Amino acid sequence: MRDWHPAVAAAEPSQKAERDPAAPLFGGVYRERFERILGRYPTKRAALLPVLHLAQEVRGWLAPETMTRVAELLDLTPAQVRAVASFYTMFNLKPVGSYLVQVCTNIACDLCGAGKVLERFLSETGTEPGAISADGRYTVVETECLGACGFATAVLINDRFYESVTPENVPALLAELP
Amino acid sequence: MASAVGAPARRLVTCSIDGRPVTVPEGTTIWEAARQLGIEIPVLCHDPRLRPVGVCRVCVVDVGERVLAAACVRGVADGMKVTTTSEGIERCRKTLTELLLSDYPRESRREATLGDDELLALARRYGIDREAIPLPRGDGRREDLSSPVIAVDHAACILCDRCIRACDEVQHNDVIGRTGKGYGARIAFDLDVPMGESTCVSCGECAAVCPTGALTHKSLGVAIHPRAELRAVDSVCPYCGVGCAVTYYVDLSKNAIAFADGRPSPGNDSRLCVKGRYGFDYAFHPQRLAKPLIRRGEYYPKGPLSGDVRGEGRGARGRKPGGVVDSEEVLPAFREASWDEALDLVARRFLEIRATHGPDALAGFGSAKCSNEEAYVFQKLLRAVFGTNNGDHCTRLCHASSVAALLETIGSGAVTNVYGDVRNADVVLVAGSNTTDNHPVAATFIKDAAARGTKLLVVDSRETGIARHAHHFLRIAPGSDVALYNAWMHVLIEEDLIDHEFVRERTEGFDALKEVARRYPPELAEGICGVPAGRIREVARIFGRARAALIFWGMGISQHTHGTDNARCLISLALLSGSVGRPGTGLHPLRGQNNVQGASDAGLIPMVYPDYQSVEDPAVQRQFEEAWGVALNPKRGLTVVEIMEGALRKTVRGMYILGENPFLSDPNINKVRKALASLDFLVVQDIFLTETAEFADVILPATSFFEKTGTYTNTDRRVQIGRQALEPPGDARLDWTIVCEIARRMGYRMEYRDAEEIFDELTSLAPSYAGLTYRSLEPYGKLWPCPDPETGDGIQILFDDAFPTPSGRAKFVPAEYQPAAELPDDEYPFVLNTGRLLEHWHTGTMTRRARALHAIQPSAFCEMNPEDLEHLGIEPGDLVTLRSRRGSITLRVQASPRTAPGAVFVPFHFREAAANALTNDRLDPYGKIPELKFCAVRVEKALADERLEHASGPS
Ligand code: SF4
Ligand code: SF4
Ligand code: FES
Ligand code: FES
Repeated sequence: MRDWHPAVAAAEPSQKAERDPAAPLFGGVYRERFERILGRYPTKRAALLPVLHLAQEVRGWLAPETMTRVAELLDLTPAQVRAVASFYTMFNLKPVGSYLVQVCTNIACDLCGAGKVLERFLSETGTEPGAISADGRYTVVETECLGACGFATAVLINDRFYESVTPENVPALLAELP
Repeated sequence: MASAVGAPARRLVTCSIDGRPVTVPEGTTIWEAARQLGIEIPVLCHDPRLRPVGVCRVCVVDVGERVLAAACVRGVADGMKVTTTSEGIERCRKTLTELLLSDYPRESRREATLGDDELLALARRYGIDREAIPLPRGDGRREDLSSPVIAVDHAACILCDRCIRACDEVQHNDVIGRTGKGYGARIAFDLDVPMGESTCVSCGECAAVCPTGALTHKSLGVAIHPRAELRAVDSVCPYCGVGCAVTYYVDLSKNAIAFADGRPSPGNDSRLCVKGRYGFDYAFHPQRLAKPLIRRGEYYPKGPLSGDVRGEGRGARGRKPGGVVDSEEVLPAFREASWDEALDLVARRFLEIRATHGPDALAGFGSAKCSNEEAYVFQKLLRAVFGTNNGDHCTRLCHASSVAALLETIGSGAVTNVYGDVRNADVVLVAGSNTTDNHPVAATFIKDAAARGTKLLVVDSRETGIARHAHHFLRIAPGSDVALYNAWMHVLIEEDLIDHEFVRERTEGFDALKEVARRYPPELAEGICGVPAGRIREVARIFGRARAALIFWGMGISQHTHGTDNARCLISLALLSGSVGRPGTGLHPLRGQNNVQGASDAGLIPMVYPDYQSVEDPAVQRQFEEAWGVALNPKRGLTVVEIMEGALRKTVRGMYILGENPFLSDPNINKVRKALASLDFLVVQDIFLTETAEFADVILPATSFFEKTGTYTNTDRRVQIGRQALEPPGDARLDWTIVCEIARRMGYRMEYRDAEEIFDELTSLAPSYAGLTYRSLEPYGKLWPCPDPETGDGIQILFDDAFPTPSGRAKFVPAEYQPAAELPDDEYPFVLNTGRLLEHWHTGTMTRRARALHAIQPSAFCEMNPEDLEHLGIEPGDLVTLRSRRGSITLRVQASPRTAPGAVFVPFHFREAAANALTNDRLDPYGKIPELKFCAVRVEKALADERLEHASGPS
């Protein structure tokens, strides 16, 4: 039905769109994953990056309360958690829509017309870069090289890759999101 | 090179720096080694007090490798050849300076105040013209002026990380971090909130170490100038028992202090807390008393004058309640007088009372805020001139029970080891001490040790700041200490974790202790303390297995009707585990006031002359009679609360109160109010119109800490000199001269040239102080006892082979658990706990007049557990009325899980909602200390009082 690169089909379909900003850190299966992460490191502090990812997966973004909670869990200070979280652009320090659309506009994609792809995403979702669409579904941002330069333009929606995206297939791609 | 005792000697290495050989211990950095040779290598990110990180690269040197090395982090190696300067090296340093300067703000706050901006100094050194740097500028980064004491200019931040290390690793407050990256990288407070809203405790350490204009001290009303333009006075902090060494920088033209620096004394290592660094400006507050005052005839019979002191909770003139006294309410009751008139009146009235009612109808309260010299002359006046031993001070309200227990068990009331030795402990117990708020700088050393692996055990009913650093925090039910420590001892004995040799050779009475401890299995203690038996065992084992354990305690132990029992248990615990007399061990009741140790040493206690020599011992009496040339009263005197009771019963009729404010500090204010009002004659000598002064017949204007020279003895027994920095206002006089004048007018010659002469008299009568002189106390004081004041620092660890008891052994005194005097019931279901805040001091007389401290903590509040508030249907921020059987107060409530369910915490600094209106004046039978930490109260939602509402808004 769709002509994306086969890699897409193999990708883990973690397009989970329901993020609960008030979900406990961590409950249920996430508790188990948290424990497993801790088990991989000699100290709690060392687990900060994966735990922040997990927290973001659960809550959608890293609110101040979330960072404070992570600090408590890992015996760190809030300032230390913030220092790490603010260094990596993949952590959202502001709320985002259910789908975070990251369009690569680095050199290879840019040469292949990433600018137009970005524009199309923005117009289709009716948002500004970094803002949340009125229905709460989308946030569209530019991102740096996604490492898929051979298949420009590369787009990342939540955890899933889309390659060779053109302005034309943006609407279909959006329509397919659950 | 001499190495520290116990530390393994490090291998020495030899290298050459700029062609000069130098031999240093392995691990020494190039920068350090060069400094020893007198070669200065420029730095920006490095400060010798901080862990080197090597992020700025200004210190680069040539070590003969492919690239230059950072001298501040690179260690020297055998045979290394270092070149610290060359054209290439200087070019690197210059370029780095240019890069940093290119985006530096035009105005550096540091250059404009202290004038010691290190980046601009480098720019001058390299002749860099900022305007000519051909680099693009950013669009600036913002300022943050939200903290009352520190200005933040992110544009001047060079990300050297000095402040982060100072906050995290020196003060252990963990507030500052970095945020963002690239041009957006900045320092951030907590989760990047404004500094004034963060968990910053305003210790100022970050501003003290910052090399640029990024973090600077704000002016507290007196402009900050370069150090060289101000007069530097080496002194100590006037507040707590830590006794930090401070240099005050005085603007002579304004007779005011502009700012303060910590000094590198063994006691504080240049660290200060918010009070020491920013709390000095009370001394030049406009409300300072400057003329003697005599009560006008129409204001008799005496009674309180202001609304707050009458207990109305609001100013009579409809002004907002709280803050400092409204002079207009009180001053009209007094007229100004000359010193002669006032002193004659005082002498005449005291003589009359003595003639009619006998010497024991007179009494005096000295102050633990006054110097050793003042305490000494004051108790001498009471004993030699008044003829009574009725002299006491606030030690009665803080550690009287601890001292009673220590004297009875180990024969000496002072600490057996200094707090700094916590670095040699492998386990430290902090019991009933809110160390981070009340002994902030001592707490930094405990936090240091905890961060380096010393196991920190914290036991408290409230989760205080130090608990956050604890490896094990036991939250016990209020007043259940005896049960807990008896259970610990039960475990130690049962599991044979005791130091048999110590118990056998150095103690007596073990069998009696064993018998009592046997009856306290952890399962029993669990029911009393609310801590699971398993936890009790676990933590007791950690304590029992310690190689060296140090015990700190505070008012949470002492201020109970069983305070002496609490302290006895801690002492037994130390004896059982052999934790006295060795490095890293000891008993350390943290003294509250800057001179509570010294005032007690100087004999301002009703049962003892200077140096704890009993007034009931005829030999001692003879010795003092000889020294002072008068017959002395052999009857022990009354203690603080007993004197107040005496006043009520009219057995005490005349009082001289020097620098204390019993109206707010003593338990059960409504009783104190009556007692003060019923005195025939009351003289109050103070620097402000205190609540107590409203009851005075005569008020004598005294000098503040900064206006006089004297010695102060800190919690470690360190005797230090506080030097005069300011001139007294108006006619205010030195306290000791006032005391001597009263003595003279009462017919006793008491004349001294200066404070130093008084000190010499004191040391001649107090064996523990023998040999100390002002000269030998320079620059950082001496610990008493000090056998070799010329060369030694004094004895740090006492009782390494014997105790000063008749048998030379320490005695186990077992204690049985007893509940508090007034338990919660249906009518009064909550337990009240009183205490202090970091920013305030006791009755607030000083700190509420210090602008920064007042700005941070402007008003009274109480703290309760969020669950309790929910049950009561009260919102955080609401006004509540707290009622006990003795009184009630109305104040706002804050929610915090730090306070346990069922408890209410009230800081006692605030006159408009005085915690002591509620407290119970029941006494511990041995230490005569009141139960300030426990009484039953009821909590009611208060109807919003219009005027109170108004007070919280802008006025
Ligand atoms: S003032 Fe003290 S607590 Fe506050 S940020 Fe600076 S170092 Fe940290
Ligand atoms: S810790 Fe105590 S002595 Fe040191 S600065 Fe603070 S109040 Fe003063
Ligand atoms: S430039 Fe777009 S993926 Fe590399
Ligand atoms: S001073 Fe050595 S790198 Fe900054």
